[in-house]
Amino acid sequence: MTNQAEGFQPRIVVFACNWCSYAGADLAGVSRIQYPPTTRVIRVMCSGRVTPGFILEAFRLGADGVLVTGCHPGDCHYISGNENAVVTVDKTGRLMNVLGIEAARLRLEWISAAEGARFARIMTEFTEQVQALGPTALKDTTL
Amino acid sequence: MNFDEILRQTRADLCLDCGKCTGSCPVTRVDPTYSPRSTIERVLSGRPEELIHNEHLWACLTCGLCTTRCPSNVDYPAFVVAARSVARQAAVEGTYAHNAVMQELMGIMALPIRQKRTGWLADGLKTVTQGDDFYFVGCLPYFDVLFEDLGVVSTDAARAAVRLMNALGIAPVVSDDERCCGADLLLNGDVQGFRRLAEINLRVIAASGAKRVIFTCPEGVNAFRHDYPAVVGALPFEVVHLTELLAEHMDALPLHALGETVTYHDPCRLGRYLDVYDAPRAAIRAAGATLVEMRANRENALCCGSTGWVHCGRCAKGIQTTRLHQAQATGAQRLITACPKCRIHLSCALKDLDIDIKLEDVTNLLCRAVELDTD
Ligand code: SF4
Ligand code: SF4
Ligand code: FES
Repeated sequence: MTNQAEGFQPRIVVFACNWCSYAGADLAGVSRIQYPPTTRVIRVMCSGRVTPGFILEAFRLGADGVLVTGCHPGDCHYISGNENAVVTVDKTGRLMNVLGIEAARLRLEWISAAEGARFARIMTEFTEQVQALGPTALKDTTL
Repeated sequence: MNFDEILRQTRADLCLDCGKCTGSCPVTRVDPTYSPRSTIERVLSGRPEELIHNEHLWACLTCGLCTTRCPSNVDYPAFVVAARSVARQAAVEGTYAHNAVMQELMGIMALPIRQKRTGWLADGLKTVTQGDDFYFVGCLPYFDVLFEDLGVVSTDAARAAVRLMNALGIAPVVSDDERCCGADLLLNGDVQGFRRLAEINLRVIAASGAKRVIFTCPEGVNAFRHDYPAVVGALPFEVVHLTELLAEHMDALPLHALGETVTYHDPCRLGRYLDVYDAPRAAIRAAGATLVEMRANRENALCCGSTGWVHCGRCAKGIQTTRLHQAQATGAQRLITACPKCRIHLSCALKDLDIDIKLEDVTNLLCRAVELDTD
């Protein structure tokens, strides 16, 4: 198994809220901004819909990184869903610590509908970060 | 397994239709539409598929109260668990609590991971990596994160357990590689997932060289004693709940009388499943506490309201509320449990009630009596 930057293509699951971040990802696409083809975007109505179970399921099914994205603080269309997302991501990160899955594989970012470039930049950065970590131990057949 | 076999193996085919089960069932008290008797009747009259698609299949707590009263000795919990595995094959599952986070954790633990689950160990606790005794901690390190909002620190019972073992001269093996015992997968009909976890646990325990495995979680003891042999064969080590071990060596503990009044909640697995009623009570008395019994105790004890991390809702809350009122009626200052899950479930209901009682694990009670600091 290789975790060299050239060899290893991580799989990254992105949860994107319907009202801001998904539109941000869309904008990155229609603006033809380049970012790594490592993402699998899952649209949710709000970042507050994401649960620890969702994030852990992604890792169980083979994700190397999970990015939760939502509207900037104050902009959530359900008022406080993104505040719940902060709690969820924090809690899940601590569960991951016990599981031995590096918490750096999980990230929370606010991306508005106008921030296509920001979406692309975060995806590039996060891909590099996960690439450096290599695949999760969950896929290590030698263990 | 098909339903004919399930009916035979669990003796449900001998049901007399007497209704004692339904009359005893704590779920029925809250939801009168729930009836173990009529569930069996429907399957017996040749309509098993109805059960698979009935949410009542997931409502049973497998608490075993009905079984203790059934004149035909029908093992209703076993019937339910077997029916759940049939449902699973048809891709039907229950509604999991906490958005299935426990199911995900169990699923990941069945994979090759390197956990860091011994972070709860504290200074002064003596543990080893190889030895005769293995302390099977269970999922407490995960519960600490998941249930912090309830103010429950489940691993304080683990620290207390190691302190008590140390006081008896035992330095147990505690391992980062331990997995969930899998009881909650089996309870929901996932025999395969259960087997995977059982196999890994056996390897981990074998590598430690342990001859005895000590538990503080009754679900773990029950899984190892009753269910592991069925899927992985006879176990090459002894399996004990810490209270059973302590009951034999109580004299070795330098106990001071606590002088408080407490009541004791029998966990279904430790009580009805494993017949351990006296050991925890002996421990409480040895700690110099006055034990007052709740209205429903020992084999009649009321379940903590939720099992298998499935179908938690109105019934669970109703049962927990009844249980806490029973505890309140004793006038006890503390409600002692010997199961981390009972403690979590009852704490969940307690936060919404105006009842002045403190929940505590029996290991922590004992530690206080030995004047060992347990945080
Ligand atoms: S108590 Fe036993 S015999 Fe009576 S209805 Fe229930 S399962 Fe049937
Ligand atoms: S096992 Fe408990 S919850 Fe299930 S039917 Fe029997 S009494 Fe009711
Ligand atoms: S709608 Fe975007 S975070 Fe709630």
